[in-house]
Amino acid sequence: MSLILIAALPFLGALLPGLMIRAGRNACAWTTALVTLTALVGLLVHAPAVMRGEVIQYRLDWMPMLGLNANFFLDGLGLLFAGLILGIGLLIIIYARFYLSRNDPMGQFYTYLLLFQGAMVGIVLSDNILLLLIFWELTSLSSFLLIGYWKHLPEGRQGARMALAVTGMGGLALIGGMLILGNIVGSYDLTVILENKELVQASPLYLPALILILLGCFTKSAQFPFHFWLPHAMAAPTPVSAYLHSATMVKAGLFLMARLWPVLAGTPEWFYIVATTGLITMVLGAVIALFKDDLKALLAFSTVSHLGLITMLLGFGTPFAAVVAVFHIINHATFKAALFMSAGIVDHETHTRDIKRLGGLRHLMPVTFTIATVAGLSIAGIPLFNGFLSKEMMLDAAANTVWQGNPWIIPALATMGALFSVAYSFRLIVHTFLGPKRDDYPAKPHDPGFGMWASPALLAVLVVLIGIMPALMVGPLVATASSAVIGGELPYYSLKIWHGVNTALFLSITAVVGGLILLALHRPLDAAWIRAPRPEAKAIFDALLGSITRAANALTDGLHNGAMTRYAAVFTLAVIAAGTTAWFGGTAPAPTREVLAIGPVPLVGWFLLVVASGCMVAYHRNRLLALVLMGIVGLIVSVAFAYMSAPDLALTQFSVEVVTIILLLLALNFLPKNTPVESSGGRRLRDSIIAILGGVAVGGLALAVLVSDFSQESISAFHLANSKPGGGGTNVVNVILVDFRGFDTFGEIIVLGIAALVIFAMTESVLGGPVGAWLKQRPINPNEAGDRHPLMMVVATRVMMPIAIMVGVFTFLRGHNEPGGGFIAGLIVAIALVMQYMASGFDWAAARQRYPYHMIIALGIFAAAFTGIGSWFAERPFLTSNFGYFQIPPMGEFELATAMAFDVGVFLCVVGAVMLALESLSRFAHRAGDRPSPYPMDIDPSRDLPQEAKDA
Amino acid sequence: MEYLLASAIGVMTAVGIYLLLRQRTFPVILGISMLTYAVNLFLFASGRIAINLPPVLLNQTPTYTDPLPQALVLTAIVISFGMTAVVVLMGLGAFLSARTDHIDLAQGKDSPEEAGK
Repeated sequence: MSLILIAALPFLGALLPGLMIRAGRNACAWTTALVTLTALVGLLVHAPAVMRGEVIQYRLDWMPMLGLNANFFLDGLGLLFAGLILGIGLLIIIYARFYLSRNDPMGQFYTYLLLFQGAMVGIVLSDNILLLLIFWELTSLSSFLLIGYWKHLPEGRQGARMALAVTGMGGLALIGGMLILGNIVGSYDLTVILENKELVQASPLYLPALILILLGCFTKSAQFPFHFWLPHAMAAPTPVSAYLHSATMVKAGLFLMARLWPVLAGTPEWFYIVATTGLITMVLGAVIALFKDDLKALLAFSTVSHLGLITMLLGFGTPFAAVVAVFHIINHATFKAALFMSAGIVDHETHTRDIKRLGGLRHLMPVTFTIATVAGLSIAGIPLFNGFLSKEMMLDAAANTVWQGNPWIIPALATMGALFSVAYSFRLIVHTFLGPKRDDYPAKPHDPGFGMWASPALLAVLVVLIGIMPALMVGPLVATASSAVIGGELPYYSLKIWHGVNTALFLSITAVVGGLILLALHRPLDAAWIRAPRPEAKAIFDALLGSITRAANALTDGLHNGAMTRYAAVFTLAVIAAGTTAWFGGTAPAPTREVLAIGPVPLVGWFLLVVASGCMVAYHRNRLLALVLMGIVGLIVSVAFAYMSAPDLALTQFSVEVVTIILLLLALNFLPKNTPVESSGGRRLRDSIIAILGGVAVGGLALAVLVSDFSQESISAFHLANSKPGGGGTNVVNVILVDFRGFDTFGEIIVLGIAALVIFAMTESVLGGPVGAWLKQRPINPNEAGDRHPLMMVVATRVMMPIAIMVGVFTFLRGHNEPGGGFIAGLIVAIALVMQYMASGFDWAAARQRYPYHMIIALGIFAAAFTGIGSWFAERPFLTSNFGYFQIPPMGEFELATAMAFDVGVFLCVVGAVMLALESLSRFAHRAGDRPSPYPMDIDPSRDLPQEAKDA
Repeated sequence: MEYLLASAIGVMTAVGIYLLLRQRTFPVILGISMLTYAVNLFLFASGRIAINLPPVLLNQTPTYTDPLPQALVLTAIVISFGMTAVVVLMGLGAFLSARTDHIDLAQGKDSPEEAGK
């Protein structure tokens, strides 16, 4: 099976449990198991080749320029981890089927589990480190879901959040470290990175990269001082603890250290950071574990301790220690998962995990007792169990390691860790299973069904088999995986029970004897431990998190206090500052162009504009007046466009001006008519200064642009040259809009349509709520003019309607060659329609509106889109236009361009959008007592005449 | 001419910014509109001032106005109408819902009232 498929299979399969749960819990579990089994078989197919020393690769170039490729590779280390993940995963799936109660949503559980499994397999198979990082983050996220699976338990939620915070933080550091590493080597492919040890270690960025990567590994693998999240993650269901927190996820950090061992290890920095952290974690974890009464907490700290042990071995940096680390990874996965599952069984059957409430279960639960004892003795490092072998080798490696010139500190501390391991594992066995039978268990304990103990039993058998025949059982796997870690020749080592009488044996005996003594003294020691003050990790973490949250809140509240005016001021000043910096920092262009003479007409226009603007500031509190002044400014701007040879713009600006003023008048109908005086004098001064600064900056920039030459040739010449021969139109502006830059225009009409729909939706929601009800109940103002739809206006607009529409059509048709076009024509027609609304009232006009404006917008966009798509049939890119000259007998030669069809789309969209916006706004005006009038005008003399007169 | 155009752009920008910094929705909308005029004219100015030049291709004259900024500004005018309409409606909806057209949230009371609505 292709490697990418092995990694993808759990993700794809994650969809199934949610569906299969409908078919029952068994179907759900078996489907999940089948997915994992398929992936496992797919992996094992490659096993013989990998055992021969081959490296299986799969390459999928995605974004090679960025070094981002979906590359996978499988070597010994990958095989070991992927095998553990999928193999133990399979056992856990079976176990979980019987562990989860009827009330737990099983489909969800298996979906999360498969997501997690896919992410883990992805980590261990990735060749590209960017890809690896993505999978790494995915494990954090999916484990968050799994830890918090029992959503109703606050511990579960808190534990999940803590795990996510700690591992997510480490993940961020890891991203930084990996990017540095990739930069040093110049490739993000692991296979390339692994061959560049000298380059990496000689780089000045080696230490930062190392620290960042190790932060990622240490947080994930719960190394001191980040170990505290793991015990809190034990709030998860036991299958999750057994899977994530003993066999797989916490090993991801170890995996990465092992993976990068060939490039990163062997330096003093590596040794002191990694080995020391590992050593501290090992001893600390073992000591705390002894005093934990909760079975799972005990196992959690035991896991922390063993992870520390493996980290320490990797930290030694010697090939022999690396081999031991690999071997211990296998052993730990087997005995710890078995123990977790046994603890889960005890919890499941007795309804408690408190060791102080247990004891004497040996007779009640003989099967569980056997499994737990085998696994427990293995942790303790008793001969004939696999834990003994790796512990002996670990002590051997420790005995030969010198720390800061001190030859005994590491062996002594390692022995101490082993000693506490012996103590807590014996305590687990003795205090839970041995001793007299009690009669106060919370539930009546008995062995569970076969389905539940099958998985741990299988692992316990493995523990014994590996313990007795290590070379036969795992010899080849250890060799292949170790050579992948070391990346070279394997050192001398032998996997066997008896290594003769050596230092390690003495240390081991010391540990066992000392551990048993400790256990005997447990009661007084425990009392002392409980009395002793010790830091509570969760309290520290919560306090830390709380202060960070408070600081973040204070910062955001300080910056974002809801004062829009302040944001606007800050924003404006920032833009001015940025522009000023750029202006004085760069080279300003020299004024090279001649200045045109000022004629009298522009001077008058300028004067009007400045006066109108000034009055606007002075009188802006009178809103109606301000609106009139704004209309004046808009008119002058359109005249300016016309004066400066831009008739298209003048027409557009003029018609937009009309609809904008109508729009604002409609709004002003509801808004207050005056703006109160609120700002203090100082504030107005401040705002004036900001405004003048901005005005001077923009004006100065405009002047600089106007009087200097372009540094590069403008592309306008191309448009001028190609408009007629290429686009078939002499109005270059229109040809640019519908042809050269047709795609832009297409986007713009869509935006316009969306804006109109947004307005419509907002109107609906406002009018549908309490505001709408309030508006409807407003009484009609008796002082208002009764003649809301005056006769003269109705008649005039009625007469003008066809003329205005004809002007619109004319403007549209001439658009390709003369000033005009879809935008302007659309605005003109919209104004003609709005006039009807204004004159005859909303109801009268709306009743005669056959096509909803949404439809017109959609039609417009479709027309434009199909014109564009049409060019595909001629095997041209989207929106390629074509034109031709046709002879139509009475009218002579005639030009037709596909761009015209596009312009129809623009036209329709503009009409629809403008009308929809104005119509929505005018719907606010509906009031109580408003009845749709059947007449277009309120007072109609012909209506009041007697019938006879009419007949006459 | 250049000085006239540049100063007009500057004046409109200043007025736009001043109104933008007011505390009620309506002046702010007017300010945005003024800024729109200024920005459109500014974009237009990048095509230089051309007086009495043909806007469409004719066979006789070799010089024309710069059509590119005109095309860009034309769509900008129409789009800015759409945006103004959206902002107006937002302002109107906010005024009708909250019965105030003040744009600043009073410190510390941004949730209870709005959340209740």
